[in-house]
Amino acid sequence: MTTDTTTPVTSRPEKTHTPGPSAPTRRRKNRAPGRRGAGSYAVVAAVTVFVLAFLAPFAIILLNSFKTSADYRTNGSLSWPERWNWDIIGDVWERVDFTQKLINSIQISLGVVLIAVVLALFNAYAIGIGRVRWRTAFLVFFLGVNVLPQEGLVYPIYYLFKETGLYDGKLGYTILVGITYSAFGTYLLSSVFSSFPRELIEAASLDGAGRWTILWRIILPMSWPTLSVMCVFFFVWSWNEFLYPLVLLISNDNQTVPLGLSVMQGQYTSDPTAMSAAALLGVIPMVVFFLIFQRSLTRGVTAGAVK
Amino acid sequence: MKTTRHPRSTGYAVFLAPGLLLSLLFLVVPLVMTFYYSLTAWQGIGDPTFIGLDNYTRLFQDADFWASFRNIAFVIIGIAVVPTLLGLFLAALLFDYIGKKHGDGIVGIFRSGLYLPQVIPVAVTGLMWGWILAPEGAVNSVLDTIGLGSLAENWLGDPGLALWVVLGVLVWMQLGYPLVLFMSGLQRIDPELYEAASLDGASWWQRFTRITVPILRPEVYVVLVTTTIAGLKVFAQIFVLTGGGPGNSTLVPAYFAYQNFFERADVGYGSAISSTITLLVLVIAGTMLTRQAREDG
Repeated sequence: MTTDTTTPVTSRPEKTHTPGPSAPTRRRKNRAPGRRGAGSYAVVAAVTVFVLAFLAPFAIILLNSFKTSADYRTNGSLSWPERWNWDIIGDVWERVDFTQKLINSIQISLGVVLIAVVLALFNAYAIGIGRVRWRTAFLVFFLGVNVLPQEGLVYPIYYLFKETGLYDGKLGYTILVGITYSAFGTYLLSSVFSSFPRELIEAASLDGAGRWTILWRIILPMSWPTLSVMCVFFFVWSWNEFLYPLVLLISNDNQTVPLGLSVMQGQYTSDPTAMSAAALLGVIPMVVFFLIFQRSLTRGVTAGAVK
Repeated sequence: MKTTRHPRSTGYAVFLAPGLLLSLLFLVVPLVMTFYYSLTAWQGIGDPTFIGLDNYTRLFQDADFWASFRNIAFVIIGIAVVPTLLGLFLAALLFDYIGKKHGDGIVGIFRSGLYLPQVIPVAVTGLMWGWILAPEGAVNSVLDTIGLGSLAENWLGDPGLALWVVLGVLVWMQLGYPLVLFMSGLQRIDPELYEAASLDGASWWQRFTRITVPILRPEVYVVLVTTTIAGLKVFAQIFVLTGGGPGNSTLVPAYFAYQNFFERADVGYGSAISSTITLLVLVIAGTMLTRQAREDG
């Protein structure tokens, strides 16, 4: 998620039991809380303060996005706005053409999710279910391309995209990022598929079901929990990409949200609250997304990591 | 479990073909091209001139390159080491103390709060911190308000300070990842183990060092490896926060390569930088894989 630092990159493909929510999550019951001494309240209070301080930057940009520069200069960054002034946000919205950026980001991220998931599903079907020859080598290959740093690929891609007319277009960019994520998806799904009940597939194929039917009727529905987590993650990753879009999407009509807003950096030094408003605009979509998909997100971090 | 081998296992290759070909085309071809460019002098137009390893010899004499590597060590501390240690402590505190005394509800809220920076675009949180830390920004304005104006600094503009400040921001961005991973790992622990330990008079700290940390070893390993790799790739944070400056005090290899590609039109040299990073990442990932394969027998 955030950078691809959040990428739950890898590990132990074999030993896993089904990652993702398809795994029987051992959820602790809300046990009757134990003894609560005064000390335990002090600890809770301390952690609460820590978490609030941790989230304070969000509160600060929220407060300051509604202040006029004069208000900010007089009263500083911690004061309540003299009045809730929407003009600054509106102004930044227009200057960066935020509506367009949102549309671009949504289009691209949905496209990336679709491409990545379909490719990963096919790859993993061949590797995990079909057990094609050299499957371990293929798995290592996908793991390898999954960790490749983008800065090691970006220039030739930039060059080739220019040569082929894909440069500064959503299509080429979306395909590129989709393929990049499909490597991780392949790895994750292959380990899920390799622990799939073989009898089910055998039975279906005895009943005359072809490979496509098995994929669509059996594999797809049964792996839906893992797929849905993958969709959520790929969407966030794609939304948050930076280096590729910085290099490959330069026009206003194609730029994504983070990119469109990052141009605000360094501008507006005379208008201190505009940058705060820009940051706020960038934060809001993902906060909303987080609130909606919180469970998938926190659960998904562990998928593909350790079991 | 081996099933009867009809030709059926061969037919699956069809499903692998598109994904494999596209990966080769979009990922492996550019990779090979970068390695090739690293052996040439090229401005991005015209034909590259083959110059052998000259870019690499130049690289190893370049103070900026070494600075970027020194900074990467800091970045790895900020992105891998500190969040792991802090995450271990917090996960154990939330799971083994607060969760037990006050229930899971409040723990869930804390966890979500600490995880939130992970889903926000790095460029945006970078923008946010850039604003907060700017000379005219929130931090200095707070210091001013409480009468400590003399402590105000140009947080990201002071060569001696910028790297430390970036490191702090990286910890903030990164903490949620190990925390969530560790907390889910702790679900594996049989609660009776803790209870037995408590009955035997083990303090919270003893339970932490003797039970929690050993059990979370696999998670710690994964976090350290993945975030170290991520640390080597750090780009957006630096691009938005400091642009590598002041001077080269926060320069990182990815940004250094970017400068050579797109600002200095020194594609050969940029390719040598990024090839070095790529090799390093592949070596780390490969070591991890073989180690794991060995452990898994």
